[in-house]
Amino acid sequence: MIEYIFHILIIVSIYGILALAQNLIMGNTGLLSVAGAAFYGIGAYITAIFVTKLGFNIMTMLIIAPIITGFIALLVGITFARFRDDYFMLATLGFLMIFHTVVRNWETVTGGSYGIVGIAKPSIFGFSLSSPNTFIYFAIIILLLATAICYFISRSSFGRVLNSIREDEDALKIFGYKTSTYKLIVFVISASLASLGGVLFASYITFIDSNLFTINESILLWAIIILGGIAKNRGALLGALFLIAIPEALRFIGFPNEVAGLMRQCIYGLLLVIFMLYRPKGILGTYKI
Amino acid sequence: MNIIETRQLEKSFGGIQAVDHLSISIQEGLITGLVGPNGSGKTTLINLLSGFYPHDSGKIFFSNTERKNIFPDENQIFNITRTFQQIRLFDQMNVLDNLLVVLTERNPFLALFERHNKYHINQAENILKRVDLFEKRFENALNLSYGQRKLLEIARVLAMNTNIILLDEPFAGLFPEVAKKIENIIKELRTEGKTIILIEHNMSVIRDLCDYLIVMDAGKLLAEGNPEKVLEKQVVLEAYLGE
Repeated sequence: MIEYIFHILIIVSIYGILALAQNLIMGNTGLLSVAGAAFYGIGAYITAIFVTKLGFNIMTMLIIAPIITGFIALLVGITFARFRDDYFMLATLGFLMIFHTVVRNWETVTGGSYGIVGIAKPSIFGFSLSSPNTFIYFAIIILLLATAICYFISRSSFGRVLNSIREDEDALKIFGYKTSTYKLIVFVISASLASLGGVLFASYITFIDSNLFTINESILLWAIIILGGIAKNRGALLGALFLIAIPEALRFIGFPNEVAGLMRQCIYGLLLVIFMLYRPKGILGTYKI
Repeated sequence: MNIIETRQLEKSFGGIQAVDHLSISIQEGLITGLVGPNGSGKTTLINLLSGFYPHDSGKIFFSNTERKNIFPDENQIFNITRTFQQIRLFDQMNVLDNLLVVLTERNPFLALFERHNKYHINQAENILKRVDLFEKRFENALNLSYGQRKLLEIARVLAMNTNIILLDEPFAGLFPEVAKKIENIIKELRTEGKTIILIEHNMSVIRDLCDYLIVMDAGKLLAEGNPEKVLEKQVVLEAYLGE
């Protein structure tokens, strides 16, 4: 049982990191991005490729994956920083589709639809973190690191500028801010953070394929930060805990086996609707996009 | 000295000529009133001068130097700030943060490592006391009354501390008490040597505040000069007052 709880907490930690990254770009800055799943996937694929084909250690991937993902985000973001609102969302959707097409078809590198198997679990000083009981420490440390980065940003003058971009980008420009540079930087930071989630996921599950990083993941990230509370780091973490833990908790209700899956989905959906009816700004939220 | 000058400035939206071959000069250190009927191009002119719209043709000079492309985010470098006809605050941020964002670091890499400090807070609080918003400093801008929102916009102008200030109908819809407060602040800014362009429909305010008056109609310059004399001109009365 304890191993199962640790497993859930590891998944919560991974989604917590992804939600923090999504919150930076969407909650703090007001940019409606669906590229979260792509950067999560890029982090996971870089990890899988470097570890299985080049023999890198997972620990080094915690540095390499964010750097490469950040560089990709920089190239993409130079164009995207000009967009806002629905145009930004469509641009990021296009990027997610390109990512998905590339990893699905570039079989020699990504394994195509078969994916990549046999990704090594991390080890520290020869001590393998192969079980949930040990991997949980690794996951929590990375989650704490990501949380610290997000708090550092949101409490800085930079963080206040991001909030002002969310509120009125044009009015902010009058005060001498090159908003496109701010948007580009936060896009890169957010992508790098999301890639950390990918590193954790790839090394924990030890198998990845392209179906794991679809728009469904991005929509889940939206739901997590909206439910937890937009522009709140605590909200992103709480949202991840809720949306990952609730489906697991519903397993214990004891529905008949033949309808258990469907009933769980329905109750899950109903809970989300009820939340949005009574807490439209989320559990801890005070902002609206 | 001319601090702003336009020569044959043009801007059109589709088939509508919003600013039509406009040549005007704004003197440094004066309050220049900009009046005209609705749709005469006053706000468009402010938007052109602050880089919100690119101009189609003609020239704009700041301190005798032509600025071919004006970008809003360069206004701070060129010592310009403005307010908006429709108030534009950072609504879901508190009053203090609305000011701190004007007072803190512009460079994103330095801003990342900057926390606002006592100096920033003192500056912001002094400005908020000046506009009677100190007690509201932790209130979200969204929750302020209309008059308080206008005052917060003026507070941000004070925080910017630029030489050129473009005010787009700062008195519109205000109770006399708040209007008087803003009028006094504008007078103080004049004594500090600021150059102010003021769009306003209230002629008694224009007479009281402005050193120079520009009247626009259908995007063109209709008259300019001493406010009292300009407002007596038959052409102005006909166009602006419909008399």
